[in-house]
Amino acid sequence: MAHDDRTSNKQVARRRFLATAVRGVALVALAGTGLGLAGRVAANKPAHAIRPPGALDEDAFLAACVRCGRCVRDCPYDTLRLAGLGDGAAAGTPYFVARDVPCEMCPEIPCVAACPTGALDRGLTDIDAAEMGIAVVVGHESCLNYLGLRCDVCYRVCPLIDEAITLEPRHNVRTQAHTRFLPTVHTDKCTGCGKCEAACVLPEAAIRVLPEDLARGRVGEHYRLGWAEKKKRGESLVEGVIDLPNRGREGMESPDTGSGRVIDLPDRTKKGGYEGFEP
Amino acid sequence: MSRDVKAKPGAEAVAVRGWWAAHKWLIARRTAQAVFLAVFLVGPVTGVWIVKGTLASSYTLWFLPLTDPFMALQSLAAGNLLAASGFLGALIVLVAYLLIGGRMYCSWVCPINPVTDLAYRLRVRLGVPRTGGNFPRSVRYGVLVAALAASAATGTLAWELVNPITLVQRELVFGLFVVGGSLAWVVVLGVFLFDLAASERGFCGRLCPVGAFYGLLGRYALLRVRADHRAACNDCMDCYAVCPEPRVIPPALKAPHGEGPVILSGDCTNCGRCIDVCSKAVFRFGGRFPDAVKADDQATTTHHRAAAE
Ligand code: SF4
Ligand code: SF4
Ligand code: SF4
Ligand code: SF4
Repeated sequence: MAHDDRTSNKQVARRRFLATAVRGVALVALAGTGLGLAGRVAANKPAHAIRPPGALDEDAFLAACVRCGRCVRDCPYDTLRLAGLGDGAAAGTPYFVARDVPCEMCPEIPCVAACPTGALDRGLTDIDAAEMGIAVVVGHESCLNYLGLRCDVCYRVCPLIDEAITLEPRHNVRTQAHTRFLPTVHTDKCTGCGKCEAACVLPEAAIRVLPEDLARGRVGEHYRLGWAEKKKRGESLVEGVIDLPNRGREGMESPDTGSGRVIDLPDRTKKGGYEGFEP
Repeated sequence: MSRDVKAKPGAEAVAVRGWWAAHKWLIARRTAQAVFLAVFLVGPVTGVWIVKGTLASSYTLWFLPLTDPFMALQSLAAGNLLAASGFLGALIVLVAYLLIGGRMYCSWVCPINPVTDLAYRLRVRLGVPRTGGNFPRSVRYGVLVAALAASAATGTLAWELVNPITLVQRELVFGLFVVGGSLAWVVVLGVFLFDLAASERGFCGRLCPVGAFYGLLGRYALLRVRADHRAACNDCMDCYAVCPEPRVIPPALKAPHGEGPVILSGDCTNCGRCIDVCSKAVFRFGGRFPDAVKADDQATTTHHRAAAE
């Protein structure tokens, strides 16, 4: 070596320092990137995982919840569970699966009272105002009431019966003689407790609680419902429009008028039934 | 330390002071670790809720809220202010560790510590080469910053996505660990293998931002290990061999720059193992202030200089 000892020592030290520093910085950068990535993945909560009452919006919730499980402990019905690693929802965060154990909507909301972080918002004092999710009838071809029977189970078990869920009478076109009572969820009232989903008698529930963003449609801000505006104003918004008479199905009055309907029955068969009606 | 680790550090202390005296703090520490795990399990097992929750945040004896301040910090970085009880809990824990030593959490409470301790002992036993994956110990402070930055950037508690401490404790306490499905054991195994094969004292000593956080607290902590009888040191090096952070000892023991006899580095975990293994009873637990006790060499001028600082 041409260098004298001191310089080479210094160089070795400097090189070692540089190597160490580079290794350290690389590791930290790796850790940061990995954590960022993991954060993105963990934000993909599956749709069947419903947050407890009072939970902040998912983004804010993930920022607030320290994964302590105290809400889970204080839930008297064992509704809530804590996500394990790999469960889908961010590990350690509370959720429930409505089909397994729905929320019983405790008036004292013990889960919210237990939360030390505000991830479950204490502003929620009336459990009826909870917005855990929204029930949606997804099985339009399997729901017994849609098929024309009177199951009504989801409607009966709803803690906000006749507010969050109603049975809407609709003409049964198939039989031409009956009414179908369609379970219909009202999004502004439904708390997402999931009692309906848990109770649905079918092997696979025809009604399911979904996170709000998946469950709600929205009309454009500029949309106006003509009939509502007309009612508000007392007359048509546009002057001089010729109002043609509404024509519903032949022999039936418009449902808008609410004055009942006249059903044009099919011809009688010899046996006393109706033509084309197959029970 | 260029010196090879002794296969049986502390043998001399056992011979001189007896087995129990030479394992006092180790036994106390393992007992504490078991107790800290057990108190969380009493509730789920017996229905008597002494402690409700997890290490992240808990409610003890129906009145005491406790929150891990590092968890609170991540939540803060992610943009959330804790509710009052959570905030109070974090404050209580913060003050407690300022009194007893920040990394006391690492060696007396953390459920991962027994895992990495075991990995280290096995490493020594198997003679795994000491160098290799030993990236600088300061990396953990970088990971600490990275974890907080990632929390701020992604709006979630970033370290909690991978934190083996809370993961393992949580899944143990909530029974997920035993009843199938849990992947937490994979993480524990990962930490164990990492420490065993890849990096000496790699997880707790080089990577873990929780330890780094408590280390920062520890810099100001009151309870310290003191080398009051350092004059008696016979250079057996046993304390270095057992210390998970051997670098913290020399300033107090050898005073190369005239330091006082107190281990002041926040990295010291207050595990007390150095106290156990020293046959000359050089170390003891005590306050951080030099005048708290009479050291053997109190009369030396170097020490007075340190005391004045
Ligand atoms: S309201 Fe009651 S049943 Fe529903 S999640 Fe909270 S504690 Fe459980
Ligand atoms: S109590 Fe609050 S912070 Fe704790 S797990 Fe439940 S939501 Fe998260
Ligand atoms: S319980 Fe199920 S099948 Fe019965 S009416 Fe409701 S959604 Fe239909
Ligand atoms: S200096 Fe002593 S008490 Fe501190 S970490 Fe090392 S062995 Fe443990």
